[in-house]
Amino acid sequence: MPVSQVSLLFARTGSLYVLHIRMSLHTTSKQLVEQVRLLDRFSNKSTNGTLYLTATHLIFVESGSNNSAAILHHHIASVEKLSLTTTGCPLVIQCRNFRVVHFVVQRERDCHDIYSSLLRLLRPVSYEELYAFSYNPKQNDQQREEGWQLIDLGAEFERMGVPCDQWQLTDVNRDYKVCETYPRDLYVPITASKPIIVGSSKFRSKGRFPVLTYFYQEKKAAVCRCSQPLSGFSARCLEDESMLQAISKANHNSRFVYVMDTRPKLNALANRAAGKGYENEDNYSNIHFQFVGIENIHVMRASLQKLLEVIGTRSLTMSDYLMGLESSGWLRHIKAIVDAAIFLTKAVTGEGASVLVHCSDGWDRTAQVCSLGALLMDPYYRTIKGFMVLIEKDWISFGHKFADRCDQLDGDPKEVSPVFTQFLECVWQVTEQFPQAFEFSEWFLLQIHEHVHSCQYGNFLGNNERQREDLQLRERTHSLWAFLMSEKENYMNPVYSPAYAESHPVLEPSTLPYHFKFWRNMYHQFDRSMHPRQSILKTILTLRENSRKTENTLHALENVSAHTTHTHTHTCSYREEATESTDTERTVEGSSGTESRKQSYGELEGTYNSELAKSEPAVVSLEFGVARMTC
Amino acid sequence: MEFAELIKTPRVDGVVLHRPFMPTVEGTLCLTGHHLILSSRQDNTEELWLLHSNIDSIEKRFVGCLGSIIVKCKDLRVIQLDIPGMEECLNIASSIEALSTLDSISLMYPFFYRPMFEVIDDGWNSFLPEDAFKDLESMTDEWRLSEVNKDFSVCPSYAPLVAVPKGIDDDTLRKVATFRHGGRFPVLSYYHKKNGMVMMRAGQPLTGTNGRRCKEDEKLINATLRPGKRGYIIDTRTINVAQQAKARGGGFESEANYPQWRRIHKAIERSNVLQDSLIKLVEACNDQSHNMDRWLSKLEASNWQTHVKEILTTACLAAQCIDREGASVLVHGTEGADSTLQVTSLAQIILDPACRTIRGFQGLIEREWLQAGHPFQQRCAQSAYSNSKPRQEAPVFLLFLDCVWQILRQFPCSFEFNENFLVQLFEHAYASQFGTFMGNSAAERAKLSLPEKTVSLWSWVNRPQELERLSNPLYEANSLVIWPSVAPQSLLLWEGVFLRWNRSSKCLDEAYEEMVHIIEYNKELQNKVNSLRRQLAQLETEDPLLQTP
Repeated sequence: MPVSQVSLLFARTGSLYVLHIRMSLHTTSKQLVEQVRLLDRFSNKSTNGTLYLTATHLIFVESGSNNSAAILHHHIASVEKLSLTTTGCPLVIQCRNFRVVHFVVQRERDCHDIYSSLLRLLRPVSYEELYAFSYNPKQNDQQREEGWQLIDLGAEFERMGVPCDQWQLTDVNRDYKVCETYPRDLYVPITASKPIIVGSSKFRSKGRFPVLTYFYQEKKAAVCRCSQPLSGFSARCLEDESMLQAISKANHNSRFVYVMDTRPKLNALANRAAGKGYENEDNYSNIHFQFVGIENIHVMRASLQKLLEVIGTRSLTMSDYLMGLESSGWLRHIKAIVDAAIFLTKAVTGEGASVLVHCSDGWDRTAQVCSLGALLMDPYYRTIKGFMVLIEKDWISFGHKFADRCDQLDGDPKEVSPVFTQFLECVWQVTEQFPQAFEFSEWFLLQIHEHVHSCQYGNFLGNNERQREDLQLRERTHSLWAFLMSEKENYMNPVYSPAYAESHPVLEPSTLPYHFKFWRNMYHQFDRSMHPRQSILKTILTLRENSRKTENTLHALENVSAHTTHTHTHTCSYREEATESTDTERTVEGSSGTESRKQSYGELEGTYNSELAKSEPAVVSLEFGVARMTC
Repeated sequence: MEFAELIKTPRVDGVVLHRPFMPTVEGTLCLTGHHLILSSRQDNTEELWLLHSNIDSIEKRFVGCLGSIIVKCKDLRVIQLDIPGMEECLNIASSIEALSTLDSISLMYPFFYRPMFEVIDDGWNSFLPEDAFKDLESMTDEWRLSEVNKDFSVCPSYAPLVAVPKGIDDDTLRKVATFRHGGRFPVLSYYHKKNGMVMMRAGQPLTGTNGRRCKEDEKLINATLRPGKRGYIIDTRTINVAQQAKARGGGFESEANYPQWRRIHKAIERSNVLQDSLIKLVEACNDQSHNMDRWLSKLEASNWQTHVKEILTTACLAAQCIDREGASVLVHGTEGADSTLQVTSLAQIILDPACRTIRGFQGLIEREWLQAGHPFQQRCAQSAYSNSKPRQEAPVFLLFLDCVWQILRQFPCSFEFNENFLVQLFEHAYASQFGTFMGNSAAERAKLSLPEKTVSLWSWVNRPQELERLSNPLYEANSLVIWPSVAPQSLLLWEGVFLRWNRSSKCLDEAYEEMVHIIEYNKELQNKVNSLRRQLAQLETEDPLLQTP
């Protein structure tokens, strides 16, 4: 198939990276393999087509149809070549956005070529190889800069009411000298002098001393974060104790500070042997120490692995599904994070106490708990813009190691962990209980998840701010937030009620276990046969859009009408224009996935001629690239 | 017997009512023949009117001289009444117990209930078999309406009128009835207009251990096949269970005697297993433990979701045979009045858009459940909290409703009704002021003169204000066959029933209201635009200046 034709096929998908694909098809040496079969993951259904390998994407184009699937190389977590079968050589690709594709390539040689190319492509060794550095959405420098200026953390602290009489901006980390994984701008109590800060940072893992992350203005209570103290069995540090004292004194509403160690007690105890550990209540005056028991990154990685194994099973029984859900522990972990966030929220908003949150290094569990807690306390973070700010603040700027956790470069597999995915899931679980409290819908969360792994935008590259500055990301890449903002309408929650936010500033979700559900739209986002065939969200969004258009039409008609009655002007042109928008577009996919039905209901195999089981043409074609938008 | 004899203490003051997620109410408790009433006698305070027949079980607790009665209802709600005075409490408790377990059907509330609304459309006449048959006649002339069962002598659980193949006379039917469990000879359940294929249902064939055969039976079901075509028999039991049934005189259609039919066995569980499953599920849902693993393992152990999956899968299979394979289908289990009906009715929801309307769904329940002889009285006598020994109780109908809800969730725009309708049907099947779900068969209902003496649920439902409450604002007629996903990940716990009383639904209700508002606003705008357009068009025609010469 000529390249131009491929480009045309992609033009209709409307994806942003279409342009780039087209370019790369032209300019880079590409591989093309024909007669490839794409097998459906949960049925015996398969489609034939051609596989293209470009510099950035692996693209499958169904023969004789417009359907195509484009997989970004960065999304690929693993490629596996299975042993040769009579029909060809199977290639299984697992993606970080939970897509699993199974190709069968007719010739083993072709399969091997693709396989080895992919292996090379999906293990970038330097940041410069990542898509973000070549991605070009046809924006000029000014637009790009504006995109990066969209989120301003200084303004965010101002919004919280900081600096104030108790909290100030410190320049101690101006050159990343005190803590290289923290941002430059940090907020500390007025009474915390530089020697105290420096002393405290020396007593904390990776120098991550206690700093302000959220200020609850109403009660002047602070949420602070840090890493574990290097207390070992008996060590203490007067500066660190003064630091906590300073945090305590900054809040007149409470006589003590909660110190939340988000780890299970056993883990914290074990850390003491390595000279780390947790705060001894005897050494710190006025602290209330609390373990909350969220497991570490390794447990979380294994848990997700187990979950994906279970739900990836073909012909899964209900029993195996529920038992697998239980034994994976995934929902238990999600609940633990939500529980911790609720504890934090209650302490701050209910008791008016300040809370210091930490785990080991203070960039995984600490980020989860602080950000989720803030989301429960402050309606601003439940808006589209506010949610971006929240991620920028608690995750990006405070040094959640996105590069390591999301495996951006070929690194240590033991550093990979779905910590951020868990955060997004916790947010989703809360949205399920409070459908009117969030300005954004599930699609927003899914899209963020997509791009955390796509490496298409600069925001999540690297492990901390310092690294990002070194990489000159603001100069060389684009910001995801600007892109999401430009598509804001797609991510709106149609039933969002600002009035609800006003009357319920603090959310108190129930944590009874049945409120935690399996997030099908995340973990099966590409398995369309599992989803409702009609989407309420999509329908309502379409209706709202339609209403907006109709309002305009109505307005125009009213003008014309008023005009006509008076002056007898010809009205035809207005009427033409106004006819367009009244039909509501809806998708009814009553007979999609017909063949997979046959498989899942079982029993009929090999009975009659297969031609008896002819499928109806699907009403709506499969839009692989945008599958998650329609689920 | 007079109710008064059972009511030892008709009223008690100072009773406190506790309900989850609602403020407590203090007031006067009154017992009447059919209701437990609690009234604060203040304006704006909701009173509690609870049908005794809705009470599944009660528990008594005493702290000093303050007694508490925990009332557990068939709709799964649990409430607590604090009653001052030991004696009063004991009296109330024993009265409730007696009144909620009355054996005599003629004392049931529907016989006493007088509607406070005008019956515009009498539900008892809305879904007569002869009317349904008229629709069939407009599509095919291969079937006739037989009166062979008009005095219920051929099959006591069938309606007086049944649709059978035209070429089969009543004598043949009588012979076939002797060969099928409970006299339930194969009758028409559904005609698929698109390709003329049919779905029939029956009781199991009485082959016994020696492989008895009945030529008339073979003739009857073969009469539904087109020349050269084969059909499917879906047996809702596993092959083992079907084999074992032979020892008790039952059995299944052998390949030798039914060569034109291919038999498929599925595993839909039977009554006591289902009842046990319901009890376990409700117990799990009421567990206030915060332990995630415990919840998931209890949910799994209840097996409820497994039953939902099995039933849906079998229904999809039946629908697939008809629509995709172009073959006719006969469905049966043992009696043909439980799992059989789940399958035939769900298959129709998948295949026939008419069944997804409010009226069509009522018709489906009339045809496939009430007239088909599902023993509602027996199956719904007790719910999940009952302490008494289970007899023939089983949540067969509730499982059917759950499956419908699953399809509704997957096709939220294809049903004219919303979840409220399904919940309402569940409630009324277990306790009701209406006569619709009384009795176990058409014969029993006729004997009780229900149409004359009670009000039909459909008379209540088919009033504008109620229809509005039950309507799905997203509905847009969808003429396609709708294939649900039966993957475990696609099937959800029906929270609207099982967690209904365990969670606050305020947020969800408000969000739903907002959604309705968006839809209505859109309609309103469209109407305005349309009427303005009409006005403009009118102006144009009236105005000579605008007319082209």
